[in-house]
Amino acid sequence: MTGRVNEGPIQAYDGPPDYRKVGRHGVFPEMSHDEIERLNVLAQLNRHLSTRVIPGVKQAYETRVLPAFEKANGRAPEDRHEVRKALLKDPAYQTWSALRRLTMEQRQQAGRWTTLRQAEELAAKAAALNAGRDRLELDPALPIPRYVSAVDHHCMPGSYHVERFEGDVSGGANYDHGGFATTGGLLGRFSDGGGQAVVRWVQRRLPDFKPRRILDIGATVGHSALPIAQAFPDAEVVAIDVGGPMLRYAAARAASLGVENIRFVQADGADLSRFESESFDWVQTTMFLHELSLASMKAIFAESRRVLAPGGVVLHVEQPQYAPTMPLFEQAMRDWDAFYNNEPFWSTLHEIDLDARMVEAGFKAEELIHDGVTAVVDREVFPDAADDDSEDYGRKAAWRVIGARKSQ
Amino acid sequence: MSIADALADAGAKPAGKRPYFFANPEVERVLAVTMAVVQELAVTRARLDTLERVLEAQGGLDRAQIERFEPGAEAAAERGLWLQEYLSRVLRIVQQEAEAATATGDVASEDVAVELRD
Repeated sequence: MTGRVNEGPIQAYDGPPDYRKVGRHGVFPEMSHDEIERLNVLAQLNRHLSTRVIPGVKQAYETRVLPAFEKANGRAPEDRHEVRKALLKDPAYQTWSALRRLTMEQRQQAGRWTTLRQAEELAAKAAALNAGRDRLELDPALPIPRYVSAVDHHCMPGSYHVERFEGDVSGGANYDHGGFATTGGLLGRFSDGGGQAVVRWVQRRLPDFKPRRILDIGATVGHSALPIAQAFPDAEVVAIDVGGPMLRYAAARAASLGVENIRFVQADGADLSRFESESFDWVQTTMFLHELSLASMKAIFAESRRVLAPGGVVLHVEQPQYAPTMPLFEQAMRDWDAFYNNEPFWSTLHEIDLDARMVEAGFKAEELIHDGVTAVVDREVFPDAADDDSEDYGRKAAWRVIGARKSQ
Repeated sequence: MSIADALADAGAKPAGKRPYFFANPEVERVLAVTMAVVQELAVTRARLDTLERVLEAQGGLDRAQIERFEPGAEAAAERGLWLQEYLSRVLRIVQQEAEAATATGDVASEDVAVELRD
């Protein structure tokens, strides 16, 4: 207890903004009062888990799990997997894990109900916005990679690619409007805090950089590609993804928001043969690498370098790597998404030597770029990840940039 | 997409085996139902709150107004704070188990009963 007087809700309130602050556009789903409140509850529940429940898990590790492990094995844990397997036996971790899994499932059910009940209307809105614009290039024959089809990423039934009927955009609408519940508004009104962060980073770090063509790989609905297109209006942005429903929705969303210098193409980043070598000044991925496979990542790194013009930059934004300095408990907690939230590559990605992989793709060690970025949001309304001292082990909008600038 | 289809598919299982964390899957099943009820009760509470505010402001009731309601900063803070308090209430056992983990000298009333009797 601080002994402070209770000053009433508005002075004391520190948490996610009301959902109605979300940015809407012409293909955003209609939402009833209760559908909105369902997402408000989930945003608060996620916040509760990260601020009120996780400290108890950490405490359980320090006071119960670690001592028991050391007693049983006569040594400290050697890696995060040993820590996670020990945690799995502890009631605090079990409870937090069960609740966290349920928030993911409840978020999907809420968002799918909202979007499926109006799937035909959303498809019609998207078709009308996309008609006669030539900003969308779909390839229904594109093979869906195993890393997308094997398990549905973050418990999202149908993942990025399943189409329920011709012209369906319900998957895109679900992904777009429900993200607020998972992030608690940390990515801003249009969920574009990641793209805005990249823009700010480029403007500060590369003030002389004037990209003419930009490629965004794994674009989904354009959350990160749109702010880049808006910040560089003289550039042409090409946003690719393997999921047709996402791209259809993305193109309609961009049209509705008045962003003209962007095209959406259904393609796999592992095969960019449709694009000429050295034809892009900037290749971008944002929170994408962790959803791949090692083979696809290697191919994407190599292809990204091939299509990059001399003087151009490739930037990958991701959660931080598991450096030796990162405590094993934190690594084990960050690994949760890999095993229990259908993000199977997450664990591998965060332990591999990304620098070595970039060099393997053809970059020189001295061309590599490393830095940190946090989401850029309207601080009048939204919490700022840079000021947020809560720890959610992988959900926070505080990322690392790994990239390279190709020599002239 | 009929309402029946949307009802059936909204809760569809994602591809991939579901992890269970408790020794008894029955416990997890009950928790899943409980948390869904928790969510819906909060939704109901929010709707009532909206209704009260709209009625207070208008002196009458127009259903469409509920769908259009936008809380101001003060109301949004009140509602957010209510949710925080509510979730703390529902997840009381989690907090108490965490506190019990560091409690020293905790004894069971049953044992004290014996102690006081002897």
